[in-house]
Amino acid sequence: MQTGILPRIWLLVTGIALSTLVQATDPQDEGAWTGALRAQYFGDRPIEEGNGVIELTAPYRAEDPALVPIQITGKIPQTAEKYIRRITLIIDNNPVPFAASFDLTPASGKADLAMRVRVNSYTHVRAIAETSDGKLYMSKAFVKASGGCSAPLGADLDAAMARLGKMKFRMDGDKAVLGQPNAVQLLVSHPNITGLQMDQISRLIKPAHYVEEVKVSFDGTPVLTARTDIAISADPNFRFYFVPDKAGELKAEIRDNLGKTFTASQTVTD
Amino acid sequence: MPPRFIRTVGWALCGLWWGLAAAQSDLELREIAPGIFVHQGRHELPDTHNRGEIANIGFIVGERCVAVIDSGGSPEQGRALKAAIAVHTPLPVCYVINTHVHPDHIYGNRAFKAPGVSFIGHHKLAQAMALRAPYYIDKAARDLGYTLTAEDFVPPDQPVEESMELDLGNRTLRLTAHGPAHTDNDLSVYDAKTATLWAADLLFMGHLPVVDGSLTGWLKEIDRLKAVPARLAIPGHGPAVADWPQAAAAEERYLNGLATEVRAAIRQHRTMEQAMETVGTSMRDEWRLFDEFNKRNVSTAFAALEWEDD
Repeated sequence: MQTGILPRIWLLVTGIALSTLVQATDPQDEGAWTGALRAQYFGDRPIEEGNGVIELTAPYRAEDPALVPIQITGKIPQTAEKYIRRITLIIDNNPVPFAASFDLTPASGKADLAMRVRVNSYTHVRAIAETSDGKLYMSKAFVKASGGCSAPLGADLDAAMARLGKMKFRMDGDKAVLGQPNAVQLLVSHPNITGLQMDQISRLIKPAHYVEEVKVSFDGTPVLTARTDIAISADPNFRFYFVPDKAGELKAEIRDNLGKTFTASQTVTD
Repeated sequence: MPPRFIRTVGWALCGLWWGLAAAQSDLELREIAPGIFVHQGRHELPDTHNRGEIANIGFIVGERCVAVIDSGGSPEQGRALKAAIAVHTPLPVCYVINTHVHPDHIYGNRAFKAPGVSFIGHHKLAQAMALRAPYYIDKAARDLGYTLTAEDFVPPDQPVEESMELDLGNRTLRLTAHGPAHTDNDLSVYDAKTATLWAADLLFMGHLPVVDGSLTGWLKEIDRLKAVPARLAIPGHGPAVADWPQAAAAEERYLNGLATEVRAAIRQHRTMEQAMETVGTSMRDEWRLFDEFNKRNVSTAFAALEWEDD
């Protein structure tokens, strides 16, 4: 009997080992999403997958895992009748999968966003749009990158700390086009320390210090309200749209996890 | 299969193994000026085959002792360098100079740790090592095929604030700590005796320069280095030796081109992604490993230069 059982046990053990290996090394595995994240963020609400309402664009292979450019494109116009009211960005295999959520309004004009994120290991990145009628739509992309969250802090941390809280808006051209979506970029100088960048020699971890909330308004009307986490790269940088109906003031208010707040504003002329 | 055939193959394999082992322990060195020995690295990405041993490393011999300049890209290369030094001189190693934090320059450190050996580096090197070690340890296991521990990172016991002179016995090396350039912890070494500048990774030749510090800072430091009265320079990647300051021309052209094109892209409100597709591509044919590093250089430069106009 023994001579017969042993090879079988070996086969079984090898089989299990192999299947675990295959599972562990399959980078396209979506277990983190289907097993936990989906329910954690969206419960059992149905989510339609595809690029009809929202589309996420990310590089398949990232050049710098701490600086991965991500673009989200809204495929429906932001009208008062129907618009994308929230976009959630999830990076499945990051230590903190929730990267950011953005609340948008018809005043946003277009639900187009761009930013730079940290990617810690091969992962799916997904953008989930919630339209004003409460439906969910998801677009995803696979990104090959690793070490983005534990990657060394920016080469010149001293310089980064010195300009912490500095902000600026950048717009295409000097003047805004009234009644149309205008592209604008908000640059925030903040090291966005992840809390995962360990000092191996002193065994100290640089405490997390990152931007938690970004509010952009035009003449008091919200354009973009974001909740952000450590996956957003150092010196957070957001591109988005807004529709000015007259000359006015774009204003950004930022709060970080240590409670520090910063504001910046820019006059928009027509 | 006839036993004789197996024996023959067996001996052939043994011979092959010996040949490989001998090649590994025998570090090829060139004396580029009296008392200055350089091992020339290869223009490759670090991987399990080259084990990260890709940079130019070596040592300078005085009348009293020896200064190692960059210890190697792996613990094994560090040991090979140590053995090679003993072949060339009976004098002891008194200094190990780490020109910056990158793995291909410091992973041989442990081989030299001994009483009487002082480790020298930029005043920001210890911090850079501390911040990067955990990431580098994971990366070595994944990409280089060996295990490192925190002990492989020997931080400097003598940090260089601005500059420092080391006496090797009738030979004085002048060390300069640079501002953010290739990294934020670059150190150059000047040997007045032979008018040789050991520029390390402040000078790339052939291998595309890699910006892991500050593009504009690097251009400033190149200007500073051009004022050094050296005749010869040793790049961190490239030939073992080249004429100074002509050796810096190609690197300077690339870095200036990168800065000009990235600034233009920012002015034209192009995105980082768009800039990464086009910036620098006209210089592609002048460099090895261009596709491996140019886009990353563009993204690093772009993120920094966005803050430049104020």
